[in-house]
Order: sequence, then C-alpha cells, then structure tokens
Amino acid sequence: MGGGHGHTHVLFVHHDSGVHRLAPQCKVVATVLFVFAVVATPREAFWAFAVDAVILLIVALAARVSLRRWARRCLVEVPFLLFAVFLPFVGTAPYVQVGPLLLSEPGLWGAWNIAVKGTLGVAASALLTATTTVPDLLRALERLRVPAALVAIATFMIRYGEVLAADLARMRIARVSRGDDPRWLWQVRGLAQTAGALFVRSYERGERVYVAMLARGYGFGPVARAGQQAPRRSWARALSVPAAAAVVCAAALTVG
Amino acid sequence: MSGPAGTLQVRELAFAYPDGRQALFGVNLDVAAGERVAILGPNGAGKTTLVLHLNGTLTAGAGSVTVDGLTVGKPTLREIRRRVGIVFQDPDDQLFMPTVRDDVAFGPINLGYRDAELAARVDRALALTGMSGAADRAPHHLSFGQRRRVAASTVLSMDPSILVLDEPSSNLDPVARREFADIVLSLGLTTLIVTHDLLYALQLCPRSVIMDGGRIVADGPTEQILGDAELLAAHRLELPYGYVLP
Repeated sequence: MGGGHGHTHVLFVHHDSGVHRLAPQCKVVATVLFVFAVVATPREAFWAFAVDAVILLIVALAARVSLRRWARRCLVEVPFLLFAVFLPFVGTAPYVQVGPLLLSEPGLWGAWNIAVKGTLGVAASALLTATTTVPDLLRALERLRVPAALVAIATFMIRYGEVLAADLARMRIARVSRGDDPRWLWQVRGLAQTAGALFVRSYERGERVYVAMLARGYGFGPVARAGQQAPRRSWARALSVPAAAAVVCAAALTVG
Repeated sequence: MSGPAGTLQVRELAFAYPDGRQALFGVNLDVAAGERVAILGPNGAGKTTLVLHLNGTLTAGAGSVTVDGLTVGKPTLREIRRRVGIVFQDPDDQLFMPTVRDDVAFGPINLGYRDAELAARVDRALALTGMSGAADRAPHHLSFGQRRRVAASTVLSMDPSILVLDEPSSNLDPVARREFADIVLSLGLTTLIVTHDLLYALQLCPRSVIMDGGRIVADGPTEQILGDAELLAAHRLELPYGYVLP
C-alpha cells in the first residue's frame, strides 16, 4: 500500500518559466544538439567550453533552477570521471613532470576532454529534466517518432520501477523483522532469495498487466497517439541554445 | 444482431488450462440489463477464469459467452472488449501509464478516439468516480482507494455496457469501501462483482451466485443465499463473526 508521499518528482523542479513552457520535444532535440556541438568542439579551445558553460548558466537562470540543486544533480557524473582520472597515469609519451608525478601528456588531454565535455553534457541533461516532467519527456519521444515499443519500455520501467522499489522495501522490512541482518557475504542468502522472489513476482505482474491491457482493447487500435505539433516559436527559442553552441564550436575550429 | 445493452448469457462454458487442469465444467449464467450480480465462492472455484472468458481473454473450450447478443469470438473481440469493462483486483496491474489521464485515455485510444472526443470521454470517466482532480497525477502517488477508483475510470472511459469488478473491496478502508460502493450504485450499469466479501455483495447486489469446483452451485436473491448457513458452509463461505442478517 502506501501511495508514497513526498517523492512527487525526483528531478523536476516546480516552477513556471519560459523554459518550462517550451514544448518538450523541442527541449529534447535542443539538448541532444547542444551535446553534439560540445563534443565537436576541439579540446584545446578552453575559452569555447567556458562560453558553453555560460550559455547553460543563462538557460538555468531563465528557468529559475536553483544553482545549488543543479550542481548536486550533476554529481551523478562523478563515477564516470573516476575513469578519466586514470588516463594521465596510463597514457603514452611524451610525459610531463607535475610535482612528484610523471604524467602522460596525451593522457592529460584525454582526461580533460572527457571531464569537460561530460560535465557540460550532464549539466545540459540535468537542466532538461529539471524543466520537463517525466510524462512530458515520454510524450516528447513519442512525437519525435521514437519507435513505440521503446517508448513503451521506458514508460513501464518508470511506472513499475516505483512499484518494484516499494515491493523490495516491504520484503526487506519483513525479512529484517524476522531477525535478518546481513552484514557479511555469507549472509546474503536472504537477500538473494528476495531478489529471486522479486523477479518471479515481477514476471507474474507483467503477465497480469498485459491481460489488463488486452481487456482494454490493446492490440486492436493504432498504438501511436496523434502527435501535437509544437509551435514554431518553441522550436526557435529552444534551438537558439544549440545554435549558440554551434557558433562557438565553429569559431573554435577556425580560430583554434 | 445486437441485443439490449447490458445483457450477458453464458452457456455450458467449459475450460481447461494448457497444463490440463480443468477450471470450468459447464457454467450457465444469465444476467439481465441493469442487474447487479455477485459471484461468490472460495479460492480456486473458477471465478477469475470465468471473468477472463467474459471479454475473450481466455477462449472457451466448449460452450459460449454472449454479450448484448454478440457471441465472444475472434471477429467480435474488439467490440466485446469495449462492452465488457473489467476492473482487476490490483490497481497496480491496471494502471501503468505515467499519469492518470493517460491511463484513462488508453482504452478509448485503442478504440480509435482522438482529440476532443477523447478528452471528453476521459473527463467524464474521471468525473463518474470523483477523480477529476487527480487527472495529471501519477498513479503511484495516489492512495489505494483512489487508485481503485481510477482503475474503474479506465474502463468507464470505454463506455462499457457490463462492468466486472474483481474483489472491489479488497485492501480498502471502511470509508473508501463505502465510497466505491456509492460509485458502483450511481453508475446503474449491469455489474458483476466477484468477491469473498459477503456483506459487500449484500450491499451492492440483489442477486448472487455461488461458484465452486468450476460450476455454479447456487443462484438466488443475495439475502436468501446468505441466510442459508449450510449452503455457505458447504462452499467455504461464512459471514463475519457476530453478524446477523437484517
């Protein structure tokens, strides 16, 4: 039971702003194009990445997203950055002496490249999710002609992720209530069996969900929903962001 | 070839699951338009199997099911699923879309409705269960009672002539239970209620049938059936402790 209160939207920030009101498909396309423009920018052009960061900052301010919250969202990137940290140590010659460490120069460039482009990409997607609700994101994918099966899988994952998490939490509480307190590897039996039971339950739920869908005429009608066209203005405003990044990228490629 | 809306005939319905276990042994049931009938019976009596035949999810091994004069079968399946609305026991099985509005729209979209007509159906179905205010919320943020009401809206939006409720009172607190009963009564649809909850049957259904061992073993006015203690005991049914029929 327990409808679950207090976790209404994990990522979305409730505000009303010009950025929030843009059609979601425009924002998805703008985000993807922005990331492409950033990735295409040569890594030696430090100034270009600074300009890209300022562009995102302007969008964040326009969307009234709290900078601290935005920064916290970006922390999901940290595990991926750990990989980049290794590069200067395992890279090839030439080497440079940095304090007591002898670091590979191509490795340093590689690490910088991953770190700066990754961070800008994560920051852009964090802005997208902060200004667009999950249902809107799914609808955007639908309107962008992403295959219906893929959108359906994403929809199910989001909807039943919460149900599964609640199931898992209940099973854990029931286990712990009976004195299970796994701390060591040889005590994982209960946990493993929980995972097994959860798998079987989910499989059975999947079948029940499908029967309930069939009962409402699934498979007879066209699955796709009539797409709602986004107004031109929405496209123009959303695409101005990747356009600016593209200009920066082009300038960096020519100026160097 | 269609009969009056809201009629159901089940004739000599028999069914065995692929593993060979026979669940129904010749079920006969007639339900008139506007009637509310409770299907009572112990676990494993075949109640759910019967329900899944009513909209053609399971295909009869022998016998037939007829809804509004249409015999359930491949050619009529689409129309049958519009006419027979099943509300399943666990709303989490039924509600799978990101928002309540999307979920209530799922059935009508499958039927080909779009735009204004679709929106009108969704609004009406939500209004019928008093859930209009929750249209843009996510199903998993609603209480259990609210989710059950939304689950009912998801079939009401298809404008069914027969409503089938599987254990509608399970997991509901007393107020939610009464609210849901009020909704069922206000709809005035032909309604089949599958339940163990004998008092809910008494409250909602003038007529009850008892299923046991894949057959219908009793059929009559609910008060009369619940008054027959021997009959109930023979089929693993009993009234709650201390309850005396009015």
